Amino acid sequence: MEKILEVKDLELSFHTFAGEVKAIRGVNFDLEKGETLAIVGESGSGKSVTTKAIMRLLSENNTEYKNGQILFNGKDILKLSEKEMQKIRGKDISMIFQDPMTSLNPTMTIGKQIMEPILKHQNVSKDEAKKKAIELLQLVGMPKPELRIKQYPHQFSGGQRQRIVIAIALACNPHILIADEPTTALDVTIQAQILELMKSLQKKINTSIIFITHDLGVVANVADRVAVMYGGKIVEIGTVDEIFYNPQHPYTWGLLSSMPSLDIKDEKLYAIPGTPPDLLSPPKGDAFALRSEYAMQIDLEENPPFFKVSDTHYAATWLLHPDAPQVEPPATIVERMKQFPGSRYYTGTIGGTNK
Amino acid sequence: MTQQYDKLPPEAFKLVKVNSTHAEQIARPSLNFWQDAWLRLRKNKAAVISMIVLIFIVIIALVGPHLNSYGYNDQNVSKANLPPKISWLAPLGIADGYAEVAGKKVDVYAQKNVKENYWFGTDSLGRDLFTRVWKGSQISLLIAFVAALVDVIIGVAYGGISGYYGGKVDDIMQRIIEILAGIPNLIIVILMLMVMEPGITAIIIAIALTGWIGMSRIVRGQVLKFKNQEFVLASRTLGASNSRIIFKHLLPNIMAIIVINTMFTVPTAIFFEAFLSFIGLGLQAPNASLGTLINDGYKMLQFQPYMLGIPAAVLSILMIAFNLLGDGLRDALDPKMKD
Amino acid sequence: MAKYVTKRIIYMIITLFLIASFTFFLMKMLPGSPISSAPKLTPEQLAVVEAKYGLDKPLPEQYLQYLGNMVKLDFGVSFQFKGADVTQLIINRAGPSFQLGIQALVLGTLIGIILGMIAALKQNTVWDYGSTLIAIFGLSIPSFVFATLLQYWVGVKWELLPVALWKNGFSSSIMPTIALAIGPLATAARFVRTEMVEVLSSDYILLAKAKGASRFEIAFKHAFRNALIPLITVMGPLAAGLVTGSLVVEQIFAIPGIGEQFVKSINMNDFPIIMGTTMFYSFLLIVIIFIVDILYGIIDPRIRLAGGTK
Repeated sequence: MEKILEVKDLELSFHTFAGEVKAIRGVNFDLEKGETLAIVGESGSGKSVTTKAIMRLLSENNTEYKNGQILFNGKDILKLSEKEMQKIRGKDISMIFQDPMTSLNPTMTIGKQIMEPILKHQNVSKDEAKKKAIELLQLVGMPKPELRIKQYPHQFSGGQRQRIVIAIALACNPHILIADEPTTALDVTIQAQILELMKSLQKKINTSIIFITHDLGVVANVADRVAVMYGGKIVEIGTVDEIFYNPQHPYTWGLLSSMPSLDIKDEKLYAIPGTPPDLLSPPKGDAFALRSEYAMQIDLEENPPFFKVSDTHYAATWLLHPDAPQVEPPATIVERMKQFPGSRYYTGTIGGTNK
Repeated sequence: MTQQYDKLPPEAFKLVKVNSTHAEQIARPSLNFWQDAWLRLRKNKAAVISMIVLIFIVIIALVGPHLNSYGYNDQNVSKANLPPKISWLAPLGIADGYAEVAGKKVDVYAQKNVKENYWFGTDSLGRDLFTRVWKGSQISLLIAFVAALVDVIIGVAYGGISGYYGGKVDDIMQRIIEILAGIPNLIIVILMLMVMEPGITAIIIAIALTGWIGMSRIVRGQVLKFKNQEFVLASRTLGASNSRIIFKHLLPNIMAIIVINTMFTVPTAIFFEAFLSFIGLGLQAPNASLGTLINDGYKMLQFQPYMLGIPAAVLSILMIAFNLLGDGLRDALDPKMKD
Repeated sequence: MAKYVTKRIIYMIITLFLIASFTFFLMKMLPGSPISSAPKLTPEQLAVVEAKYGLDKPLPEQYLQYLGNMVKLDFGVSFQFKGADVTQLIINRAGPSFQLGIQALVLGTLIGIILGMIAALKQNTVWDYGSTLIAIFGLSIPSFVFATLLQYWVGVKWELLPVALWKNGFSSSIMPTIALAIGPLATAARFVRTEMVEVLSSDYILLAKAKGASRFEIAFKHAFRNALIPLITVMGPLAAGLVTGSLVVEQIFAIPGIGEQFVKSINMNDFPIIMGTTMFYSFLLIVIIFIVDILYGIIDPRIRLAGGTK
């Protein structure tokens, strides 16, 4: 597999009136060609900021890139000039935003809005761009596209608008598509349609997708790999199965436990106690320790490094240190781990657990 | 991603109980809405300076007329048209009692054989301008504050009733507003002043008569917004009376917007008073307001520019300070609100 | 849309009717007949005028006749100008007033828009503070203060432009235009800045940026239009402000306009002119607000549709 994007040791801060907010505190991940990487985490964990940093969409006035690289096809995006960046945005990397109701220009026809990136990045005439726009609308399942390109955003429903936003994002066959909670603002039935659409389009144009969400149900549906973010860091990253069935970080445990499930007959829904850390003055050590039942002395003192679980699975928790005591994950997590070959609770053919 | 682990002391891996409420500890003391707004307002330099300037002007407008021995209507033709003279500023060439007469600088005080100093000079009737300017500011401020107060009372009552009772009442009241709002306020003010006995009361009534419409619309909008919100419904289900809901739940929530709007009403009223006096519909002699002083000064502009300059400066500073303070208050009380 | 326009026109007629009635009864409330206080008329002339305007008839009849005359745009004759027709007097004076008003409106809004745009695009820089400062000054300093200062320095002291009067063609109109323009300028600058800042922080601007649009394209293709459309809504108040301003500015610069005549009439108790001008101003402002509302509906596609379906 070919790596199309590598984020290395990314650190960035926002300068606000209250002080310096350390929004991203050392993030590492890769994105491979054609894969879908989901980034999950609570609000404020830094998932949106990370992707906006990839597109350099953060306000230049108060954002400071303190460290790290974002390599797109081997080139460091952070070193590009604004002009060079404009050539990448919308062409190589494009983005879908959370709220389709506000992400379209209310006083511009949607035809013009779809044609904009085509005219900008491809050397085509207006007529060709218009034809392409109609094709794109067809592709995203909009009926009567020839008529509808003359209409304004308010003449479309929320789901239709998100289809238009997707059409805009796909206009130049981007290598990377960043979807920032694209279904959060939509009805559940529309959500499913949009997810299906994205999956089928991904196959058609073979693009990589970074999918940001806090909805683990969506993750299970679309992602190949999952990165879990907490307090401006990735705390665990692995394939979808590894994260869902063999999670290692107490925060991932918490996230999974708080997901309502039909198979597990636990009546009470779990909630992670406390609130996300204040990134104005991030806590020492493992940021999650203050909310964790599994906190150890060292969690409060030192930042955990990534421990390798498998070739594709890493987690930043001191619990994986060889000297650390064995702890029992929450019951729902143990249930999940029982289904995963390689986990210590696996009850399949290999057998032998300590249930 | 290193797999090289440092040897760590075993006690590092002792499980610890972290009180999760610890993570939620609130570092700042809890502040109520107004305290919080005050903190935000204090950070706005322009607003703070404006507030100090306003307090200063209000104080001097109250005590200024008593700072020297001249009354605001003491006429003394032998001492007419004296330029400003302040002894400690005179060496700097400002306010030294000299005036340009036919292209030459002349010490008017010596010429007219006047011993005492007039800080802001005198007008064509020999009245002390220092006393008159502050007396005039006093009256302008009085008119503005009373007019704003009347606006608030009528506007809040009208808008509140219209919004709170809704239905037919609201319908009728809004139709009335729609028609009233169509009448240019300048027209009403001018017509009212022609009919009424000229004076402070007439100006206040004329200004207040049209000013409350904007306030009533804002209050109605806010009441409509809040009256169906859960906290009001909850209180209603618990059997709260109308007056309790209005005074305990609605008013505190719309207070901020009333304050902001009032802050912008005051300078509008100051302007209108000055405007009316300038076109000759305002206070009548010998009363002084900033508007009449500017009007008097304008007539003497070519010969005694200070007669216009000083009241014009006071009026402009007042207006700027009120507008800046209003802006600051708006940002502090309701960061999301725009103009 | 047609229904909305009809409704608005009915409201306009009611409003004008109310203003007319209000004016009529206020005049009646004044001590004595306004005609009798006019010093220049002989008893014979008075009788003729009274008969012509039905002042010898009972009040309700007078009222009806007054309204009837008004519909025919007949506001009677002036006292100070010895029986000249009021409607004609107003028409004669309209030229300079309209020229000044339009020049000031165009100049003020144009510069205001530019200042507001610069302030929003260069937020929290010297440009922003400078333009905000100009806006606050323009909003705070009354036009008559500004006009007198302008006249004193530019006209009297530096002798750059004619001090007053309407005799030197365009150059006579420069200072009054500037004095009048300062209000619309400040209003437009503040309004455009606020709108522009809000538009620039909206999601669709971020999406435009994500499409690869340049700063210039974002500002002018996407933000500009959306920030300017709402400016139409303040045109009504701006026009009202210009009328207010014109009363004093025309007086200060001795412009033979409607405003100067109005102020003079107020000071001379020339009631027919006061009534005529009042009705004229009311009609003008009401029509402007009406046109502005319709225009807003046509220009903003969101409202266009809403109006069409309802």
